[in-house]
Amino acid sequence: MKGNEAIAEGAIRAGCDAYFGYPITPQSEVMEYLMAEQPEKRTGMIVLQAESEVASINMVYGAAGTGKRVMTSSSSPGISLMQEGISYCAGAELPCLIVNVVRGGPGLGTIQPSQADYFQSTKGGGHGDYRLIVLAPASVQEMFDFVFTGFDLAFKYRNPALILSDGLIGQMMEKVHLAEQRPRLTEFDPSWTITGKTPDREHNIITSLDLDAARQEKHNQKLQAKYQKITENEVRYEELMTEDAEYLFVAYGSSARICQKAMQLAREQGIKVGLLRPITLWPFPVKPIAHLAPKMKGILSVEQSAGQMVEDVRLAVACATPVEHYGRMGGMVPSPEEVLNVLVNKFISK
Amino acid sequence: MDIKDIIKPENLVYKKTDLMTDKILSYCPGCGHGTAHRILMEVIDEMGIQSETIGIAPVGCSVLAYDFMNVDMSGAAHGRAPALATGIKRLWPDKFVFTYQGDGDLAAIGSAETIHACNRGENITIVFINNGIYGMTGGQMAPTTLEGMKTSTSPYGRDLHTMGNPLKMTELVAQLPGTWYVTRQSVHTPRNVRRAKKAIRIALEAQKEKKGLTFVEIVSNCNSGWKMTPVKANEWMEENMFPFYPLGDLKVEGKLVNNQ
Repeated sequence: MKGNEAIAEGAIRAGCDAYFGYPITPQSEVMEYLMAEQPEKRTGMIVLQAESEVASINMVYGAAGTGKRVMTSSSSPGISLMQEGISYCAGAELPCLIVNVVRGGPGLGTIQPSQADYFQSTKGGGHGDYRLIVLAPASVQEMFDFVFTGFDLAFKYRNPALILSDGLIGQMMEKVHLAEQRPRLTEFDPSWTITGKTPDREHNIITSLDLDAARQEKHNQKLQAKYQKITENEVRYEELMTEDAEYLFVAYGSSARICQKAMQLAREQGIKVGLLRPITLWPFPVKPIAHLAPKMKGILSVEQSAGQMVEDVRLAVACATPVEHYGRMGGMVPSPEEVLNVLVNKFISK
Repeated sequence: MDIKDIIKPENLVYKKTDLMTDKILSYCPGCGHGTAHRILMEVIDEMGIQSETIGIAPVGCSVLAYDFMNVDMSGAAHGRAPALATGIKRLWPDKFVFTYQGDGDLAAIGSAETIHACNRGENITIVFINNGIYGMTGGQMAPTTLEGMKTSTSPYGRDLHTMGNPLKMTELVAQLPGTWYVTRQSVHTPRNVRRAKKAIRIALEAQKEKKGLTFVEIVSNCNSGWKMTPVKANEWMEENMFPFYPLGDLKVEGKLVNNQ
């Protein structure tokens, strides 16, 4: 199935209660699949086409406050429109899942694949000090699996989670092992969810507002403590052929797939290259990269952007070895040969 | 004889509903918000649906409505209350869901969410407080500001040619097939308070019957923003607001009333 369809089927099987969305290329198959599948008949899951991305994320915000598993998906310009709502979700500590199937920007940009929303996803995006848990799938299987992971992490930490995919992973077709149907939630934490005030508790309020600056700072400190805990516990990454590697690719999502092929080509030529693929972009795998860096003659960060993740790679490497960036922009996808040539030119034959 | 001797149970003719918290209202003296809050909470109390009710507070003067209304509530981003309400109601179709919004929130920044929630016929109740001004931010021009009306961003009066026309949102949503009951009320006299309360009751009863969207506008004063005494503000409201925003039902049981 297609990557976008895997997101949709993953949503149904992960026991998602509702999907709210608005069409945009290259992710429209998510809602199309859901509407055709009629999950209301399968699990009771609601699917609603909203009037805008702004409305979609706010429907998510409202429904997430009742403790249900809810999600939306979009692509770059639509995700930009959602940033206000995402910031509110983070501020009010609402668990929810957002999927971004990234396309080239800035502006209306293009409909081809891109990874230029890394900063927006991992550094905030909306206003205020907040973080999203960001998962980067590199296969259609991971598009499916990360819906489960995303919801689990979102509820574990009461924080929005984001699947940062791209047009390539969204549109490509691969075999997928479909996990068993998981039941929808039937119990809702009475300590914070708004399901109707009962005599045994005070009324619950979902808000990100506190006009008292001292209390608002305390709330921010609580959020930061939570983010610290996530940083300590939830870093996910994959290492390929790093044991004997002299050079390292760092790449996520579709770029990691391209680098995997470039790595094979390099090894056929006797160049010992490894790959570190961040799976969580936030929290970023700082320690694994820092650990590998001194063993490498050079690190090439490959992204379909002007160089966004490379900033985090450089911070992790802390000048232990040279770090270079290679990226294509505006919807262009690099070939494995192209990536290998860059590695050779930057580090080996200079 | 002190006050405790006077207020004996047998002498009690009226008491504050438990659905209003004891927090001191943040509204200016003379403002209609407090009364609108109270009658909404009284209706929920009288219907016995506190445990089944979820409210949405807006951005604006009533941003802290959730502090005063003793029901589960969520605070929306500016204008997005009908989207929140939609998300909740779709997942909890048997709960009572209401939004409480001002005119800047509902008729300007939230106009898309309002129109589409109404058009989809979401089974929610929207309580719309229209005072023709942005109160919380200090009295700027709203979409509902009348022609010639002075505000901090129309200091020489609203000029229709450059600032656009006042928007009759209630007339607009009454035209949409998804709305079941659309009415315009006020809370500036005891008689009007009783009528407005009855309208809210009709709206919530219709929600129970899953009839579609119910919309209760309450034309209110903003004596601070209008820079008038409360009494003068109410007189000004009767003389200027009501001719443009006439009180009464616009749509009853899904049918337009009279000349609408």
